[in-house]
Amino acid sequence: MSSQDQALLFEVLLRLADDNFILGHRISEWCGHAPTLEEDLALPNIALDLIGHAQVLYQMASKVDVAKRDEDQLAFLRLEHEYKNVLLVEQENGHFGDTILRLFYFSVFMKLLWKRTKEVTSFDELKFFAEKAYNEMVYHVRYSSEWVRRLGIGTHESNCRMLGSVHNLAPFVGELFLVDSFDREAQEKKILPNIATFLEDWKKEIFEVFNKSNLRLGVVALEKQGGRLGNHTETFGYLLAELQYLQRTFPGAKW
Amino acid sequence: MVKANWKLNNAWEVIRHIADPELPFLTLEDLGVVRGITSDSSGLLYIEITPTYIGCPGMTVVQETIQSELKNKGYKSTVTRSFSPPWTTDWITEKGRQKLESAGISPPQPKRIGGTIINERNPITCVRCGSMETEKISEFGASACKALYRCLSCGEPFDHFKCI
Ligand SMILES: [Zn+2]
Repeated sequence: MSSQDQALLFEVLLRLADDNFILGHRISEWCGHAPTLEEDLALPNIALDLIGHAQVLYQMASKVDVAKRDEDQLAFLRLEHEYKNVLLVEQENGHFGDTILRLFYFSVFMKLLWKRTKEVTSFDELKFFAEKAYNEMVYHVRYSSEWVRRLGIGTHESNCRMLGSVHNLAPFVGELFLVDSFDREAQEKKILPNIATFLEDWKKEIFEVFNKSNLRLGVVALEKQGGRLGNHTETFGYLLAELQYLQRTFPGAKW
Repeated sequence: MVKANWKLNNAWEVIRHIADPELPFLTLEDLGVVRGITSDSSGLLYIEITPTYIGCPGMTVVQETIQSELKNKGYKSTVTRSFSPPWTTDWITEKGRQKLESAGISPPQPKRIGGTIINERNPITCVRCGSMETEKISEFGASACKALYRCLSCGEPFDHFKCI
């Protein structure tokens, strides 16, 4: 593999890993705080799935990292601007409805991404992973979409709050479908599918659930962006402070 | 599984009885997670396992247990994970399904043949009273592989092993 291809593959894997890892961390913050015992079991298990996906992706990234960092160093010891996740996943949890809606958006996106990846990628390791990850995402979509519906048609109060969540998350959706020079190269090299091509599929799945939930999705446009380049929102620094505390305080700690 | 010689057979005898750390009444054989056992000319054993779920925290324990159990029998081994083909609940043996049921966990339904669509159209039956009048409480129960259900006839909650 040429050093240019290696750098490309590293960037692709890092973006995927960071999206899953940071959202997994956010969702894990619900542990002990969810509105019911059932959700207190469900959310940490979803977080565990996402962090597990990130772990394998970091392992793959580690193999092509010129700096030869292992999975833990990649996860816990990078600086803020070296994380390449979209801004959507780093936003604070908000209330339960905000968390559920973001999970729904992200799960549908990842489900479509893994589905297309297993069809088009020529990178076998990623293909095998995508097939497995797709199966798991189906359940994340089912869990989150059922909650979106329940909250959307629940009471006047829950509907109003969900409309608020749709409004607040809207500026962050476009970045999921942002295609930059890295993505274009990854498509040409048959590592990743063209992300922009499944925006319509994504909208269709969201519409289907929203139609049954008394919710409306506005226009998806590119508004807030920067995560893919390492430019994050203010809240990300606080997130990393907590996420990295242990490894920064006790370097190389294992248990 | 290919068991080319007595050594691989012996290794399989050791591995198949190892208990799953999360569902200790199931063995690795019941779960169908052992993909292959081979060895090289130096005598090193290569064990390939496939995770039930990518993020399943039990898998690291499984890997370590396989290695230490084999070491106790005098075998050196490396345990690797593979995702292809992805593990499916269809690989849980008939015996494993019966054990799940006796432990109060409703066993997974079969996947649509050859497809990847998760198919749970049949009603989930209560493991305690056999009633088909049940409802889902949560898609994710005590672990990612289980959903939480409630029986509308006897009123008891129970775990259901999701089809994947
Ligand atoms: Zn019952």
